[in-house]
Amino acid sequence: MKDSMIRGADIVVRSIIAENANIIFGYPGGAIMPVYDALYDYHDQVRHVLTRHEQGAIHAAQGYARVSGKVGVCIATSGPGATNLITGLADAQIDSTPLVCITGQVAAHLLGTDAFQETDVVGISMPGTKWNIQVRRVEDIAPAIAKGFYIARSGRPGPVLIDITKNAQVDFGEWNYTPCLGFRSYKTHTPIEVSQIKQAVELINSAKRPYLLFGQGVVLGKAEAELKFFLDKSGIPAACTLLGSGALSQDHPNFVGKLGMHGNYAPNLLTNQCDVLIAVGMRFDDRVTGDLKRYAKQAKVIHLELDKAEVNKNVKAEVAVIGDCKESLSMLTEAIQEKKHDSWMGKFRELEQEEKAAVMQHDITPTKSGLTMGEVIHQINQYKADDAVLVTDVGQHQMIAWRYFNYKKSRTQVTSGGLGTMGFALPAALGAQLHDYSRQVICVVGDGGIQMTIQELGTIMQTKAPVKIVLLNNNFLGMVRQWQQMFFDRRYSFTELDNPDFIKIAEAYNIRAQKVTERTDLKEAIEDMLIHDGPFFLEVVVEKEDNVFPMIATGCSVEEVRLS
Amino acid sequence: MKRYTIFVITENFIGILNRITIIFTRRGINIDALTASESRIPGIHRVTIEVTVNEDTVIQLVNQIEKIIDVIKAFYHEDEGVVYQEIALYKIPVSKLDGGLEKVIRQHNAKIIAAEPDFVVLELTGHKEQTQELLEILKGYGLLEFARSGRVAVAKRMLTIESFIK
Repeated sequence: MKDSMIRGADIVVRSIIAENANIIFGYPGGAIMPVYDALYDYHDQVRHVLTRHEQGAIHAAQGYARVSGKVGVCIATSGPGATNLITGLADAQIDSTPLVCITGQVAAHLLGTDAFQETDVVGISMPGTKWNIQVRRVEDIAPAIAKGFYIARSGRPGPVLIDITKNAQVDFGEWNYTPCLGFRSYKTHTPIEVSQIKQAVELINSAKRPYLLFGQGVVLGKAEAELKFFLDKSGIPAACTLLGSGALSQDHPNFVGKLGMHGNYAPNLLTNQCDVLIAVGMRFDDRVTGDLKRYAKQAKVIHLELDKAEVNKNVKAEVAVIGDCKESLSMLTEAIQEKKHDSWMGKFRELEQEEKAAVMQHDITPTKSGLTMGEVIHQINQYKADDAVLVTDVGQHQMIAWRYFNYKKSRTQVTSGGLGTMGFALPAALGAQLHDYSRQVICVVGDGGIQMTIQELGTIMQTKAPVKIVLLNNNFLGMVRQWQQMFFDRRYSFTELDNPDFIKIAEAYNIRAQKVTERTDLKEAIEDMLIHDGPFFLEVVVEKEDNVFPMIATGCSVEEVRLS
Repeated sequence: MKRYTIFVITENFIGILNRITIIFTRRGINIDALTASESRIPGIHRVTIEVTVNEDTVIQLVNQIEKIIDVIKAFYHEDEGVVYQEIALYKIPVSKLDGGLEKVIRQHNAKIIAAEPDFVVLELTGHKEQTQELLEILKGYGLLEFARSGRVAVAKRMLTIESFIK
């Protein structure tokens, strides 16, 4: 045997290190034990974080990937370990998050025999991954990992799963790592068609009421500066999707707000009054468009999008500029006329005042005694750092936090957008924090969602990740309750929760905790939390039956956005 | 709704057919017929899928198929854009043979490809309408078994696989 021969398990770990990953989230088990044995030798080169559940590991890897722009890595064993990753894979797939997940698998000779902890994870995860593969021979490990990282991070990012049989992990093979630089079936770069740019420029130059919508594609394409330059020159009002938040500072004069079911009033309403709609790196999700038959029918749509399959999928584009928006935005900025659209912009500002009076005032400076979610976020804004990361779960708190959080920097928004995964926030916040201990990571979560992955308080304890957890507790599955109130005749079917003493739970994990029930204590509690050197658990008891407005009810048009 | 032929040029990897078919399953679209074979270039396979949908849907299907990492190219044609054939086999009991079968075979240009003491097997290659017509006739001969392939097709458009992989 040659000296350069090493175990497959060592090849796995060395390959991950070769891809410049410095943190792995995972959970051991039988079929992945050789890899864990190898990790023991490389702990000075790559950090492994033991979560309390595989779902926690993958959400942590997602949180890490979202704030860092790097590929998140997680490891699990075969069978239940692997199936526990599925929610995270589906979440990462729909939100275009780059991940490489490695699962152990029973030895190749046992495949298909219903061996202990055998499951067809390649089959199960196929619809929820950008790419997946089963590796059965040691010599195939390094090429599969190299290809996996390349696929995860290139083009439209996404999750990759690599299932490695136990025999491949224990066999010896040559260590010779070649990073993947591309292959013939997968094109990551589409040259921008100049004719499409020309058409887009003509439409933009002649538009009276142009309107720009931007999504996470701007963040993924690192096109934040290009977007800003385009807006500076064009004078066009711009609104963001949930995942696009932060790509443009909210202080930018062209920023008019947020889109979608619980977005802002003006951005939704005026979608149906613009004459040219420029969509950048967004996919016209149904939560953004409402009823498609009544969505922006009056407008000529220009769609800047990397993924060809997203163009004309939901909304027909007059001009489709397929390719990297970093390139296409620069080309547009170069060619368009410098303009201002003051009176059109004024319409947004007018409606913004209406929303302020009808909704925001009550949310931020309530006159009733019960605390609102909105005032909590408003107070956080007063003390947070500009680059603070907001991690949210799913439900009312998510929409309120998104509505009121003051986004100033890119990659400060981490939430489960497309899949709407309750239980996402706590582990994702952990992952986001472990990318950079010195950055403020604020995890806003509801009393329903936190209990889906509350065990990750253990990981926060063990890693001492200084996550600031803000639990907005209304003792309800609030969003479902709101729908029951509005659309199901107040029949509160299984949405009220008898909750544990969360403070005791946090303290049991050695995490400093405080509960706020009165408005007078809120400010100080938030200030204390944010200056505390370490993890902090702040429970705020909020009004039981508050609703999130504005709202575009299911099946309604964007112009039917309601203020109450 | 119209009949379309989707061509998929793909790397020959395990699971690729599964990745293609789940795109149809997820959207509740039935595949009328599917064939897969190696292309003239070793390692590259071609999959031919027949589907009845509207054009918007077939465009989305093709875009989604082409997004599969190991798929090199996917495109679609209406019937007029392709030359295609299907093969059908008919198993008939010898006991039911009478003088009439000769005329049927001649009229349809079918072939006897196997003759056993108990049965004969006819073969007909053509479009579905042709093989279907013969099927209806042979039902009168106590047809024991019938099998028809999916569509094998080539596009009329002059494009080669090489132009996709360069």
